[in-house]
Parts: sequence; C-alpha cells; structure tokens
Amino acid sequence: MGEHIIKLPDVGEGVAEAELVEWMAAIGANVREDEVLAAVMTDKATVEIPSPVEGKVIWQAAKVGDILAVGSPLIRLEVDGPGNVKPGADQSGEVVEAAPAAAAPVEAKSKPKETPKPVPKKPATNGAAEPVSARPSPSGAPRAEGDKPLASPAVRKRAADAGIDLRRVHGTGPAGRISNADLDAYFESGGETQARGGGLGRKTGVTDVPMVGLRRKIAEKMAIAKSRIAHITYVEEIDMTALEDLRKQLNETRKEGRAKLTLLPFLMRAIVKAVADQPQINAIYDDEAGIVHQHGGVHIGVAAQTPGGLMVPVAHHVEARDLWDCAAEVARLSEAARTGKAKREELSGSTITITSLGAMGGIVTTPVINHPEVAIVGVNKMQVLPKWDGQEFRPRKCMNLSSSFDHRVIDGWDAAVFVQRLKELLETPAMIFID
Amino acid sequence: MPIIDCKVLVIGAGPGGYVAAIRAGQLGLDTVIVEARAHGGTCLNVGCIPSKAIIHVADEFEKATHFAAGSPIGVKAARPEIDLKKSVAWKDAIVKRLTGGVSGLLKKNKVRTISGWATFVDGRTVEVKTDDGAQTIRAENIIIATGSVPVELPFLPFGGNVISSTEALDLDSPPKTLAIVGAGYIGLELGIAFAKLGSKVTVVEALDRILPLYDKALTRPVAKKMKALGIEVVLGAKAKGAGKGGLQIETADGKAETVKADKILVTVGRAPLTEGWGRDNLVLDMDGRFIKIDEQCRTSMSGIYAIGDVTGEPMLAHRAMAQGEMAAEIIAGENRAWDKVAIAAVCFTDPEIVSAGLLPDEASAAGYEIITQSFPFAANGRAMTMESEDGFVRIVARADNHLVLGIQAVGGGVSELAAAFGLALEMGAALEDIAGTIHAHPTQGEAFQEAALRTLGQALHI
Repeated sequence: MGEHIIKLPDVGEGVAEAELVEWMAAIGANVREDEVLAAVMTDKATVEIPSPVEGKVIWQAAKVGDILAVGSPLIRLEVDGPGNVKPGADQSGEVVEAAPAAAAPVEAKSKPKETPKPVPKKPATNGAAEPVSARPSPSGAPRAEGDKPLASPAVRKRAADAGIDLRRVHGTGPAGRISNADLDAYFESGGETQARGGGLGRKTGVTDVPMVGLRRKIAEKMAIAKSRIAHITYVEEIDMTALEDLRKQLNETRKEGRAKLTLLPFLMRAIVKAVADQPQINAIYDDEAGIVHQHGGVHIGVAAQTPGGLMVPVAHHVEARDLWDCAAEVARLSEAARTGKAKREELSGSTITITSLGAMGGIVTTPVINHPEVAIVGVNKMQVLPKWDGQEFRPRKCMNLSSSFDHRVIDGWDAAVFVQRLKELLETPAMIFID
Repeated sequence: MPIIDCKVLVIGAGPGGYVAAIRAGQLGLDTVIVEARAHGGTCLNVGCIPSKAIIHVADEFEKATHFAAGSPIGVKAARPEIDLKKSVAWKDAIVKRLTGGVSGLLKKNKVRTISGWATFVDGRTVEVKTDDGAQTIRAENIIIATGSVPVELPFLPFGGNVISSTEALDLDSPPKTLAIVGAGYIGLELGIAFAKLGSKVTVVEALDRILPLYDKALTRPVAKKMKALGIEVVLGAKAKGAGKGGLQIETADGKAETVKADKILVTVGRAPLTEGWGRDNLVLDMDGRFIKIDEQCRTSMSGIYAIGDVTGEPMLAHRAMAQGEMAAEIIAGENRAWDKVAIAAVCFTDPEIVSAGLLPDEASAAGYEIITQSFPFAANGRAMTMESEDGFVRIVARADNHLVLGIQAVGGGVSELAAAFGLALEMGAALEDIAGTIHAHPTQGEAFQEAALRTLGQALHI
C-alpha cells in the first residue's frame, strides 16, 4: 500500500490559483481511475479534476470555497502499490488564502483603533410602532433584533451539534433565554417556532450565505466594473415591425437543420455594421496602460442566465459569420453555458457584449459594462404600441435598446451616433445585408 | 530521525496547548505536542501556580506576625521566622507534581510528546531541535500555543538585580528593599506578598492609578491594605534605569529620585511570543502584536490554528484552555465556535479582586441602560467572623430585562466566587435567578444574592 498525491493541475493559461467549488469524492471514498474527484473554478470556467489512479481518499487539502494554488496538493489517495510519495518526501502544500495577506495588516497597523461609539441597545419592547407579536411572552421581554442569543452552554452545545443557529430559535425564558424546551419546540416544528400558535410573529433569524464559486466571481467582476468605469446609459426606441416580418419569413422558409432565428443574430450583424464606422466602440480599454485596444474582429459576448448565475459566452469573429451562422453559434454557446460545459476559451475574449432578458427585459435597464470592454447593448422587451403615422394610429412592434458606454473613452455624442445607427439598421433590416 | 506524520501537532505545552492535545487525544486524533521546557508552560512553572504558593507562604507568615503582636481574637504566638529557601523548595515540589501530572495526562490520552524547540519550515512542517538532533514533524493541523513572555524594558534589562516575576519566585530570601515597576496585577500580587514577608516595597507606576483594568471602587480596598502593609506607591512616575543603590525614577512633577532597592522587579506586562519559531516561513495575518484568529481559532492559513496568549487579551490560562479544547474539537470535525459570555479575571492581591463580564462603565459604553448595586462584606456575617470585612460584591444588569452583564467582587477569598459569577453569566442569568437561588448561610456567597436583591431594590440585610 502506498500513497498517491494529486496536485492541482494547471487548469488554464495564466491561471495561478483556483477556487474549490465541489468535492465529488469524500474522505474514505473509493475512486476509480478517471473518476472525478473535485471541481475547481478559475476566473473563467469550472474544471473537473479526474483521478489518474484507483484508490481510497484519505485526505483533502481544503474546504469548498478555499483558494488553492496551482501545483499544491489537492487530495491524497491510498493506493495499491508504492504510490507517488516517497517516505519522507515533502508533501506539504500551502493553501493560498483568499485574502491577500500582505496589504491588509499593514494598513490595520497604521490606523489607530477607533473606539466604537456606544450604540444604545434598545429594549425589545419599546415603541408602539413595532408589530406586536401574536406569541405571548410568558416572562421577560423577547430578545431584540441584533442581541446575541442567550442560552446555557449545554443548550448551545446541543444546538451546535445539531447544526442549528440559535439566532433562529425563539427563547421563552427571562431576557429571551433559550431553554432546552425551546430547542425541543424548534425541533418539533421543523425549525419554525415563530409560526406556532398562528398569527404574525417577528422573525429574528439571519441566514448567512457564503459567497463562493461563480457568485463570488460575479461579485468581484461587477464591483470592478462599477468602481472603475464611468457608465453612461442611452435608451432609444426601435420600431421592430419590419425586422420581425423578415425574421418570421426567414424562419418559415429556413432549410432543415438550421437553428431558428431569434432577434440576436440580427442585432449581432447590426453591431458589426455599426462598429465598422465607429471602431472605438468595439474595444478594450486598458486603463492602467492608458491604451484603448480597438479590435478588428468583433467578438460579441452574450450574457446568459445559468443555474449558477450570470455567464457571458462569447461568439468570436461575428464579422465573419452570416446570420444563420450567428444563430447556430448563439444556440450552441448558451446551451454550453447553461449545462456548465463551456470551455475557457468560449468564456473569454469578447470585445462588446449584448444583454437580453427576453420577455423579462422591462422597458429600460442600466446594463453594467463587461469590464474591460467599453460598451454593452441591452435589449428590452418587445411590445405592440399604437404609433401615429401622420394620419392614424397603427400597431407597431416596438422595443427599447438600453446601452451603456464607458464615458471615459466614449462621449455621449458617439454613443448616440452608435445607437442611432443601430436603430437605422434594425428598422430597415435590408441595410444589414448590404455593404 | 524518521519523519513523524500526525493529524494534530501542538506547539507549546502550556495550559492552552496541553488541553488541546489531551482533548485531541480523547477524540482519537493522532496527536503530537512539542515543548522546549517542562510541561505546563508559564502557568504551572513560573506563573499562576508558583506565585499562589508564595502568596500563601506570605499570608501564613503575616498571620503569625499578627499573632505575635497580640491579636484581638485571642491567639498569641512567638515571633515567626521565614526560611524562604524552604518555601521555594515546597513550591517547586507542587510545581513538579502538577507538571508531572500533565505529562501523565498526555500519555494517558496517547499524545506523543517531543522535547525541544520547534520551528516552522512551512505551513505543514515543523522542525524540532531535540537533544538527539533535528526531528521533522508533518501535520495536517497545527495549533500554535507559544504563549507569552514578560516584557523587558530597554533601559532596565533583566539580569543582576533587575528581575522578572520568574526570578522573584525563586529568591533565597526576601529582599530588604524591593522596587516594583508596574502596578498591574502581577506586580501587586508579588509586591504584597514580599511586603508581608518583611521587604520594604515601593511600587512605581506610570499611570495615575493602580490596577488600571478595574474601577476605583474595586481597587480601593487593595490600596488601603497596601498602605497598612507599608507599601509605598509612586504614581505617575517613570522608571529611568537601575543605578547605585536602587531604581532611578522621574516623579510626576519631573524630579529625579532614587528608590532604594536591593532588587528591582519589572512587571510591565507580557508580550505574545511571536518570534523565534519560524513565523517568517508562514503567511500569518497579525492583529497588532498578536496572531489574528477567527471565532474558531483559525489563523489566516488553512490548517493552522492559534490559541492562548499569542492570540490576544486577556492573557489568561483559562481562556487558553477553553480555546484549546475548542480547537481540538473543530479539528475533529465538530461544529464549534467561540461563544463564551465571560472570562473571569482574578487578582490575587490582598484582598482579592474578581471580575466577570462587564464593569459598570464598560456596560454603559457598550450602549446598555444598566442598573447596578453592590453589597458590602461589612454586612455579611461570615466575613465578620473571618476578620475580612473589607470589600463587596457588585452586580451590573440590563435595566430593561434584568439580564446580568457583569459581576465583580473585592474581598478576602473572593477568588472562589469566580465559579458562581462565571456560571451565572454563562447560563444567561437574570437578577431574579440569582436573587431566587438559596445561598447557604453563613457564607460570603450570601453577599452575591444580596447584591442581586439590592439591585432589584429588595435587599433584606442592609
């Protein structure tokens, strides 16, 4: 019997660390060769780590949510045969912590400790405005929001062992103290003591949801986009009647095997046309270097809602794709993103982004630019509106485009010119296909 | 030497470290503990226990002196003598029994003990310099329990007549004159003991009060007793250095003076031991001079925990023990987090001071509307019969729901009340709980119940 250490492999170009998002093999589990042990997430994609050998899991390097450095030990297996660890070999591996270790403490040192100002702790039963709990408090005042739960060490231990957050448990004792009986009541009610006895009750529980995986990536990305980019949003109404007629006709007469056309392929082609006149819109702004990279190729990110959260798969070189090709690519990418099979390359390299919530699109949105791009085109919902044509009201299919631009590099005038060009192209769709 | 692999490695066998190791052993974890000196750390070897032994010697000697002078209770005795060498030997025997006991407990719980100085190589590996050479230990989890050391003043380096609390507990005879720098609890405990043993003691404190962690009401009986023992207290004065014949100081009004002293005891606090064990080879976030930990005693590095004095105030053995127990349980996979309400602190001065939870000022500063009352031992029968009428028990509670936030006492032997105070706070007692508990008569504990009654406005015996 020997031990086999599996280290976190290089999961992508330029990737130095990855976040552990799932363990598929628990300690003690037997795994076969090629069986997936864990999933890690990089900036771009989730990567599954298969086992190169057969064996039994005896050690895991980290918990879900931890950041691991590429090359650090991930898991140890007990294997038949000698394994890959020599007795005495160094098997230590540091887990890179999520927080940058160097910067924070220095700052903390130089900052004098502020004395917190006393915050008056209000009695729980204070003021007529507060809702009166339907549940009678037999003695003492109930615990106020924000107060630590009050319980004896034995009750605390029992709750901890059962994985119960005492902040969710209603205490009936003096000062809101939680007794063993209160805990029993909580167990019996399946965790809803407030509902007992009917009526309205105050809920004092707080659920802590750790920000891990894709959610954390989205949070980081959005914070960067919003803190660094000076957004300007421009909304214009587009009359889609002509385009919708064309789309209907094309779909009805399409060749077998072709993906059905949605609005997106038209918009993508219109963007290709528009940015040909305004290359500054199809660009990446490297604000640290002070350079705007205007791209020749038009790589359009298409924001997609997936079960894990927002992802942006990228249709590359749209300038070289025709309408049907665009439709096929969008269909393929959104399926890959939705099922978590999108490759790293398919999730990076965009130069401009489209965001659309379809029927949920609302009438106006303020899209957040996909940093470090400089423009994002948001599609709002389509609706039939009465439009005055000079003689009478006619039903027209109308839709708004809400587009945001990085005002550091795009002026309002240029933004307006871009959107007006899109409007022109979409309202007279033949123009999309004529050079 | 072959490399040792283990599940848990504890560095430092003080009260935090050895408790962590014992608990880890009980939970069936393969555990190794490394200690460079005797098991038990500062607490058992040069701190809590030996100082209490010397304080006991001093108390007994003072009692006999008291009897020799003709006491009001009718006991008369001849003039006593002190053989401090013998006292120290007796103290050492107690220390030996206790440290031996710790070693036995570790063994009983199948903890492997390594004797030597540990240095981190990386986050999973430690090298120990033992008498037989370097021993490498690899562990999945490491608990840092390196403790603390007395703070040395640059202008009063330890050596010669300048001593720390460690040396003060091993003196051959009481110094004729003793200067103490720092009026914290360690300085005053030892100062009072040596004054009772016949030393002329002078305490020099830079602040304008003794025991600055407690309020004036709590420290007043101690100051009174110190005065009765002839201890001179120089407040607002700065120690400048050791000179001919004693300690040079600068008084509050800027005058340079010399305090006559055969020995100069420096007790200006303790510093966490964060250097000398390879911290440079780790990436540990710090919290000021302490290692930063979260509510589970985890450091910024995964698999590395820290407990005890090295993690912050209060630097108390019982805090370290509770942290050690918790860290071991967390490593064993149990769902634990620091949820303690109070860590009682005891000052073994004469009279003793005990404080658990919030002082009145602290409770107000925390935003609570409070009610607080004290009950004096002068109105407690048992205290009178023990000639120990100085002091009181005081309770601080929330005005709205009577939840007890803090309990303090000063008086003879009140350290034992720490148990009741701690239990009340940890159980979440309200004033009515304490007032409604029968306290045996005649005991000092009745003052606890009476303090609760008085805070409720229902005192019976005052």
